[in-house]
Amino acid sequence: MNLRRDVFQAIADPTRRTILLLVASQSMTAGAIASNFDTARPTVSKHLQILTECELLKQEQNGREIYYHLNPQKMKEVSDFIEPFRKKWDERFNKLETIMKKYKTKK
Amino acid sequence: MEQKTKVNAEAGKQELMITREFDLPLELLFKAYAEPELIEEWMSNPYTTTKMLRLESKKQGGYQLEGKDAQGKVVLRANGVIHEFIPNQKITRTFEMENTPFGVQLEIYEFIKLTDDTSKLNMHVIYESVAQRDEVLKLPFAQGINMAHNRIEEIINKLK
Repeated sequence: MNLRRDVFQAIADPTRRTILLLVASQSMTAGAIASNFDTARPTVSKHLQILTECELLKQEQNGREIYYHLNPQKMKEVSDFIEPFRKKWDERFNKLETIMKKYKTKK
Repeated sequence: MEQKTKVNAEAGKQELMITREFDLPLELLFKAYAEPELIEEWMSNPYTTTKMLRLESKKQGGYQLEGKDAQGKVVLRANGVIHEFIPNQKITRTFEMENTPFGVQLEIYEFIKLTDDTSKLNMHVIYESVAQRDEVLKLPFAQGINMAHNRIEEIINKLK
């Protein structure tokens, strides 16, 4: 449960969401990611650390450079999180549909 | 398979959008939101019976409803005011679950005719804060876990 909450906190921040969007298209080094922001380099590093800790990003060593790339498995978990909410509404609407279909034939 | 009910909840926003297409003419879909007996019927489930205590389906109207469990105990009460009520088009209302920390949400329902026999509902919900929206989103997830736990307990108790 704790881990999941961390993921939600991670994606609640606009800078971190931008980072996720950036690396979604290609893996990037910390320097390349930081060059997209006006904020100080250590701030971006802190964001990368949080995203890595909750496993939304993965690090990959390539020679002397560390590349960051998206962890699609973890991103899927985030979307699975709202699935029970969607299902609740889906069931409700299914019922509405069934009831109103009967209502139509009764008339 | 394409899902009939879609939920769009972008990270970091204090709103969400629920959309659904129905095999129902627009007028019947709207009726399900305007008549108290019909709302009671489709809002009830095997665990909770919904009762509309009050419903004035009109501009500057309002409503109050309660849910009772199988033993007849009141498990939830909610109310709101209706700001806009345009038959077969739009309902704008607030929704507040009484005695909960979830605050007041603003709900904008848009009813759209697709064909003579099909229609679409757009339900736009705006919460007081991002944190509050996320709490509401997590509710069925938490309830699901609780229900699974209860079920496990039941099974274990039977084994004893």
